Amino acid sequence: MADTEKNGAVVDGTKTILLVGVGGQGTILAGKLLATVAAGAGLDVKVSEIHGMSQRGGSVSTVIRLGEHVSTMVCDDGCADVVVAFEAVEALRAQHYLAEGGKMFVNDEEITPVSVNIGNFTMPERVDERLREMGAHLLDAGVIARGLGTPRSTNVVLVGALSTAMPFDAELWRDAVRACVPPATVEANLAAFDAGRDAALRGEAR
Amino acid sequence: MDKHLMSGNEAIAQGAWEAGVAVGVGYPGTPSTETLEALVRKDDVYCEWSPNEKVAFEVGLGAAIAGVRSLVTMKHVGVNVAADPFMAAASTGVNAGLVLLAADDPSCYSSQNEQDSRFYAAFGRIPCLDVADSQDCYEMARAAFELSERFDTPVMLHETMRIAHTRTLVAPAGAREAVAPRDYADDIPKYVMMPANAVKRRVVVDERQAELEAYAETCPFNHVEMRDEKIGVICAGAVYQHVRESLPEASTFKLGLAWPLPARALADFAASVDACYVIEEASDYFSSRVRALGIELAEPPAAPLPVAGELKPQVIRASFGVELPAHLVPATDLPPRPPAFCPGCPHRLVFCELRRLKAIVTGDIGCYTLGAVAPYGACHTVIDMGASLSMAHGMELAGAPERTGRPVVGVIGDSTFAHSGITSMLGTIYNGGTGTLCILDNRTTAMTGTQGNPVNGVTLTDSSHKIGPLDNPTGKALDLLALVRAMGVEDVVEVDAQDLQAVRSALKAAVANTEQLSVIVFKAPCRLIDRSRGKQPTIRDCRACGQCIKIGCPALGRAKDGTAVIDPTQCVGCDQCVQSCPFGCITKE
Repeated sequence: MADTEKNGAVVDGTKTILLVGVGGQGTILAGKLLATVAAGAGLDVKVSEIHGMSQRGGSVSTVIRLGEHVSTMVCDDGCADVVVAFEAVEALRAQHYLAEGGKMFVNDEEITPVSVNIGNFTMPERVDERLREMGAHLLDAGVIARGLGTPRSTNVVLVGALSTAMPFDAELWRDAVRACVPPATVEANLAAFDAGRDAALRGEAR
Repeated sequence: MDKHLMSGNEAIAQGAWEAGVAVGVGYPGTPSTETLEALVRKDDVYCEWSPNEKVAFEVGLGAAIAGVRSLVTMKHVGVNVAADPFMAAASTGVNAGLVLLAADDPSCYSSQNEQDSRFYAAFGRIPCLDVADSQDCYEMARAAFELSERFDTPVMLHETMRIAHTRTLVAPAGAREAVAPRDYADDIPKYVMMPANAVKRRVVVDERQAELEAYAETCPFNHVEMRDEKIGVICAGAVYQHVRESLPEASTFKLGLAWPLPARALADFAASVDACYVIEEASDYFSSRVRALGIELAEPPAAPLPVAGELKPQVIRASFGVELPAHLVPATDLPPRPPAFCPGCPHRLVFCELRRLKAIVTGDIGCYTLGAVAPYGACHTVIDMGASLSMAHGMELAGAPERTGRPVVGVIGDSTFAHSGITSMLGTIYNGGTGTLCILDNRTTAMTGTQGNPVNGVTLTDSSHKIGPLDNPTGKALDLLALVRAMGVEDVVEVDAQDLQAVRSALKAAVANTEQLSVIVFKAPCRLIDRSRGKQPTIRDCRACGQCIKIGCPALGRAKDGTAVIDPTQCVGCDQCVQSCPFGCITKE
């Protein structure tokens, strides 16, 4: 895997992937899948999660760093080689983490926070346009997951898209899905992974 | 050797298990909680949740004195609760190994303060191990028991949130050490801390400190890594990882033993570099001690390091004048997305009604702290576990209801009531308080991830696989109403927290009763343990009055014309909005 960490390395041969979303969207499982793949490929890997109060519908993030030797587990400004946003407003909230030339995959859905519902704040303008300006790939991951009959697998659809930006064999990812999700949901999650990967590969990401 | 991805907490459980730990005990608290949840799944070890950290520490100490290795886990503020037995145990020593996991939370991700537990280790003069990744967690948890026995002292294992909740690769041996229980022998001079004995134990602690200071100089968990001799950095924990990232050429002294400090080794390190720095987060624990050793510390060239908050590599880079890569500026027009009560949360209607009453609400630690934020603003103090009930009494003594024309209501959750609320309530009852106290019994310890507690009777053994409330828990479930009555309260009622009219009238009656103390037990299961969904209501002829929006449900929004809309992906069919519409427009027809 010697070439792997050189591939797109920004900070001392280490790749940084930032997953952002809203508490309850499944960023932790997505992070676990990527970490399992990277560890399986013989790389050093660190996955930093936020637990506790933030999980109650607040903004959440997971940082995965992988390479030959990983030191810090957090992501500095301008250091995320890939950002995967499970929600569009959270993608904007993470924009300053994106590295120059980095990739961003965004689930093109907006979840209105309570602060907006109760009239104290408004949703931002031109969300999709701003995301495209920064080179983000917009995907209908939620639509794809619902189309498969498993709306809760949106996170794994996004992992499928993420897999196209990572130098690991698709079968390694499928093995990680089999190892990390509850046995009864393996088939559904494999389908979600393949659908997300296909959508990204076919350029359905807009 | 096979490597496994483990969180710091899982790795601590693995290390403790391999060291033959026989008893694990603690109170749930972010970021420490998963340690016992991982340990209880292993063979040949008994684990339990205590009502609070003081009890947990005492259980662990009892087990250690009786001869088996024990692990006690808690978050940083839990150490405050356990401080009394902790300080005494620092004098008595332990017999079998006793390890206290203290998990700090720099930047307060899920805590009421930012507190460095290592000061307690220095205060009690017990060894403190400081971990920087999961491999450290595993190795030091394993070694901590032996260290505890070698020096006959409790050992603190100190971690921060970034270590507890970061998965890194661990190469565990995988085998459990066969540790025979140590003999128990009566030893009154050692274990009975009456004055005559305590003054003698003080001398033992002094002698132990000298031995530990000698050990520190050769402790295998302190690592000197010489690189560029221009810059030397003394650091520990997650900060060590940030230093390696931000100043890769710097020489480092990584302290795996945070108390006592290796005075000679640190002085040698400082002398071997042109400029020696301490980099640490949210604390002056190391810098104040290293300076006290007579070691001169340099100030970062570009800017001082922040005194508060979690460090990141970019903060260190800024202080040392290292440029960050180009990046977009953060967006400034985004609505905040703080945590919120879940759709269907049984706390919601209680706080809506406390808001309607314009009550002064003394709150407590748990999800219901969110009663303080918009759209409720109905929680006015949150201090520590149990403070809600005793502070309501203090406000009554200050004449707050008469002087403000507002009722004072103390609000506490079920697990927090068992933790520290019972004695608070007892103080009010004993002294003739006449206020209103509410127990929000959502049948679980929700904030930390739905653990069992003495109120629901679900034990750690029951709940090790996160199965929510049980009809027949193996533990004894506390009868809250009987307890409150037995303590002497006559005006006590149980109310369905999901029934708006019942919540409203119970609160109204309780605050109207100014002759005696009123206690309301609001009961309904947390939505994280009761995931059943009701039928989603429909909205017809909405008048756009906004009353339903004011309940703050994440599943309720407004269309452009102001009418209410329900997000079907978030709605759980709980009926809270149905009950809140003043015109009956939201129905389940």
